[in-house]
Amino acid sequence: MSDDLVIAGERFTSRLILGTGGAPSHEVLAHALEASGAEVVTVAMRRVSRGAGGSVLDVIERAGVRVLPNTAGCYTARDAVMTARLAREALRTDWVKLEVIADDRTLLPEPLELVAAAEQLVDDGFTVLPYTNDDPVLARRLEDVGCAVVMPLGAPIGSGSGIRNPYNLRIILENASVPVILDAGIGTASDAAVAMELGCAAVLVASAITRAAEPVLMAEAMRKAVEAGRLAHRAGRIPQRLYAEASSPTSGIADLRSRAG
Amino acid sequence: MTVVVNGEAVDIEGPATVAGVLRRMNVPVDAAGVAVARNGEVVPRSSWNAVAVVPGDRIEVLHAVQGG
Repeated sequence: MSDDLVIAGERFTSRLILGTGGAPSHEVLAHALEASGAEVVTVAMRRVSRGAGGSVLDVIERAGVRVLPNTAGCYTARDAVMTARLAREALRTDWVKLEVIADDRTLLPEPLELVAAAEQLVDDGFTVLPYTNDDPVLARRLEDVGCAVVMPLGAPIGSGSGIRNPYNLRIILENASVPVILDAGIGTASDAAVAMELGCAAVLVASAITRAAEPVLMAEAMRKAVEAGRLAHRAGRIPQRLYAEASSPTSGIADLRSRAG
Repeated sequence: MTVVVNGEAVDIEGPATVAGVLRRMNVPVDAAGVAVARNGEVVPRSSWNAVAVVPGDRIEVLHAVQGG
């Protein structure tokens, strides 16, 4: 049975999106990408430096996956919109992972600039995938202005500390009518599985794979965790209880008392 | 004349176009994955040969790198 991820009408088999930041080399990235099974891969836009050899685009093109430019490093709506327009020009895609951050210590999204940028980019015809706080109200606002998905953080970018507020994430999931993609905070495979079990449509993983001691192994672990978490979500977990509930029958139990008495 | 390319002052023989600046940067004008902004506005690839640069222009030449 098909269980595709659908973003803006486009179908994907994989529910793992790979962020490429932090990979030790293009070669390791290529192998990690293959092991991850990801079909969408993020890149950043930066100044061309003279004599730069090899391009991350070569890796992405060889793998035949979709490139998703981000607006990382932007602090204002204006800069993010400009960066998205430059990415569209360079990469011929109107998909953008919108990031507008508040400061470089937390890298948390700046909510007012984020919504303003999202609105402008939707008006410009972009398919907008916004990186957002785990704030249900902000997620709803982003959906209202026409974002294709919402991408709440589990924890700050690169912190590897998992899903710090699963309750907020559940509220976002319950109310969203666009796919919810967990972005940022994943540290290891179990974090990705938890996100999928909670009902996320996909997860975006960068540092947890690219900065692992063995990125290719971690890419495979993440692929399996995302698949397992998704299956568990679809399967419907049993409720959590304080006390035991016997799994063996409670009737037909033998009388094994001794004859004495 | 002097223009600022990716934050560095660059001397370039005038008159020049955006395409001329790219050649000066050793970026082939048919390079895939490159975008140019001039004074905060996107210069579409189709206009690189037509758009003139003037002294003091701020030119940004960007491409995709690992990130996100």
